[in-house]
Amino acid sequence: MKIVVCVKQVPDTAAQVVVENGQVSWGDAPLVINPWDEYAVEAALQKAGDHGGSVTVISMGKENETEALKHALAMGCNEAILVSDPALGSSDNVAAARVLAAAIRNVGDVDLAFFGKQAVDSDTGTLPGMVARILGWPALTLVSAISVLSAEAIKVERAIEEGRQVVESKLPVVVSVTKDYGEPRYPSFMGIRKAARAEIPIWDLGQLGIEAPAPVISWPEMMNPPRREVTTEIIAGDSPQDIAAKLADKIMAEKVL
Amino acid sequence: MDFALTDEHRMAQKMVRDFSQKEVAPVIKGYDRLQEMAPFVLPRMAELGILGICIPVKYGGQGMDYLSLGLACEELEAVDTTLRVVMSVHTGLCSMTILQWGTEEQKQKFLVPLARGEKIGAGAFTEPGAGSDFGNIQAAGKRDGDAFILNGEKMWISLATKADYAVLTVRTIPDAGQPHQGLTSFIVDLKSPGVTVGDIHGKLGVRAGSTGWINLRDVRVPAANMIGDEGEGFKVTMSAFDSGRYTVAAGAAGLIRAALEASVAYANERRAFGKPIAEYQLIQAKIARMALEYDVARLLYLKAGWLKNKGIRNTRETSAAKWFATEKSFEAANEAIQIHGAYGFSDEYDVERYMRNARGAVIYEGSNEIQHLIQASYALGRRRDKPLRREMPAYDPDEWQAE
Ligand SMILES: Cc1cc2nc3c(=O)[nH]c(=O)nc-3n(C[C@H](O)[C@H](O)[C@H](O)COP(=O)(O)OP(=O)(O)OC[C@H]3O[C@@H](n4cnc5c(N)ncnc54)[C@H](O)[C@@H]3O)c2cc1C
Ligand SMILES: Cc1cc2nc3c(=O)[nH]c(=O)nc-3n(C[C@H](O)[C@H](O)[C@H](O)COP(=O)(O)OP(=O)(O)OC[C@H]3O[C@@H](n4cnc5c(N)ncnc54)[C@H](O)[C@@H]3O)c2cc1C
Repeated sequence: MKIVVCVKQVPDTAAQVVVENGQVSWGDAPLVINPWDEYAVEAALQKAGDHGGSVTVISMGKENETEALKHALAMGCNEAILVSDPALGSSDNVAAARVLAAAIRNVGDVDLAFFGKQAVDSDTGTLPGMVARILGWPALTLVSAISVLSAEAIKVERAIEEGRQVVESKLPVVVSVTKDYGEPRYPSFMGIRKAARAEIPIWDLGQLGIEAPAPVISWPEMMNPPRREVTTEIIAGDSPQDIAAKLADKIMAEKVL
Repeated sequence: MDFALTDEHRMAQKMVRDFSQKEVAPVIKGYDRLQEMAPFVLPRMAELGILGICIPVKYGGQGMDYLSLGLACEELEAVDTTLRVVMSVHTGLCSMTILQWGTEEQKQKFLVPLARGEKIGAGAFTEPGAGSDFGNIQAAGKRDGDAFILNGEKMWISLATKADYAVLTVRTIPDAGQPHQGLTSFIVDLKSPGVTVGDIHGKLGVRAGSTGWINLRDVRVPAANMIGDEGEGFKVTMSAFDSGRYTVAAGAAGLIRAALEASVAYANERRAFGKPIAEYQLIQAKIARMALEYDVARLLYLKAGWLKNKGIRNTRETSAAKWFATEKSFEAANEAIQIHGAYGFSDEYDVERYMRNARGAVIYEGSNEIQHLIQASYALGRRRDKPLRREMPAYDPDEWQAE
């Protein structure tokens, strides 16, 4: 079984993200693997472990953006590929989907392509569906469990707002994974040593055989959200009932409810 | 000179941080109150390879370097000192001493299961009547054919009730020229007949850890378990401290960091006289000190770790790192309580635990008075390290990672 997992490198969630001179900045906060993608890597590694096979991790980014790939290698992925090209400066999701689909095709004979549910920076959650559309594969999004997997078919549980939905499909498929899948493993020291030494190949657009996709979305302006002044008032009273009554009155008066 | 950590170091650091923050931090207060070690701690640290982090792969370890050991200790103690104590005794005092002094057979027999975490190790030196004055310990070993018969009591031994093996030093030559020349070290199987162990309760700190005693009554230990030669026990024990103290120093740096982070968060949030208390210079002074002392403590242990990697003797540097970091970690935790006002006095916050935990390290692995004496004797030119018969091997990645 040949498995691909796509990961994105994002600012640490503890970073303070601000807009400076029209550009998003996270200061010197470290870049890490998108936390949602760790669940996708976990799912990919489990399935490769159960069914035999290899996991290739792919990331699209700048030439030195290998942190997420190294983390995935340290978790146990067999090989990593960075897709990078100076022409990919300001890609939107459509462009990213075209490039990643081309990269998955380039790996060849892929049965399963895993993605995280969404990226913590751009937060759209649309990429897995778009990649599936371009590849012409079914998109199984928001997957919380994979109950059956054979050489030809897959059966998954989707965590949707209304509850759980069981879906079956033929392979190959694109799968996006939610947190319910299970805690991602820590990298092993052996994996860390291997990852630290790995020479990660870079595929450019020439190797993928595509032109730089033109973005369809532009970001004419970015701004910091307006600062909100918060004042805290502690409500006193003689008894819990009294305090609750005063609080209820306040909430009504302020038209919070 | 290169101050940058490698990818390998950063990933190892992050892995240990994730383990301690995700798995231990949420439950540590409960175990501290219960005065019990969380049952999952040793098995998890074994499973993740942390217990054998800097031991060569061919001896069951993970093949990382001594800096990784220090970085791991910093992350562990930033959550709770008891996690780092495990590294100090299992990895530092026990496994690394066998790595340094053990024969190939001893390494295969004892180091491999220790590094894999299948067996747990301790270092048993202190006695009820002698701690700092280690040359005057009383536990004794008498030769009996191809074995030694051990009698005596070891006290204040971390992991005494959890360990399978202990590197343990006794007196075997009662009439040696000087008392410390009569000591010999052994690897003692603590499951042997005649060994009894127990935990000490009512400790000020490291309550989620195990500290206990080991009683030896006519315990038969094969002569093949002797580490180093007969009469070399003092040197073996002092080498053990070169490893153990390093982990204590690195861990204490982590405790300063934890005290600093807690203080910064609280000072930004707590308001007095109309402003966050972080606006007041007296509070800023405390925070500035902690930040500076964290940097110094970290640089001192990283320097010692670098020397270890190079195979350069580092008794002086390691002692200095231990002294500075443990003294400052206690001060930082104490100041963190002050910044938290009355809340710091309660176990609702972590800082009172930090202070109780930091206190022990000022005493153990060579009290800080003893570290003063060591530093003075180097500075005054009264002490010079002579080469040991077996030095701690320099870190060689190829050799460490060979299967
Ligand atoms: C939590 C904890 C865990 C421990 N774990 C272990 C362990 O795993 N293995 C182990 O072997 N031991 C362990 N110990 C014991 C520890 O190493 C000893 O407590 C330490 O060496 C000090 O010895 P002591 O307690 O006998 O104090 P003493 O040696 O009696 O010292 C009492 C005081 O006198 C001072 N002093 C002694 N000599 C001098 C001098 N020449 N000049 C100035 N001052 C001096 C000391 O600094 C100290 O302040 C542990 C202790 C604690 C608290
Ligand atoms: C065991 C115990 C018993 C107590 N018993 C009583 C009692 O019987 N009755 C009672 O009324 N109270 C009692 N207290 C409360 C005690 O008086 C307060 O804890 C104390 O006044 C500090 O207030 P705080 O804890 O709110 O800290 P905060 O006022 O929030 O102070 C937090 C930190 O900021 C510092 N700080 C505040 N303002 C400034 C400034 N302008 N410049 C520089 N630093 C500043 C403080 O020194 C402290 O380090 C008790 C507390 C304890 C721990």
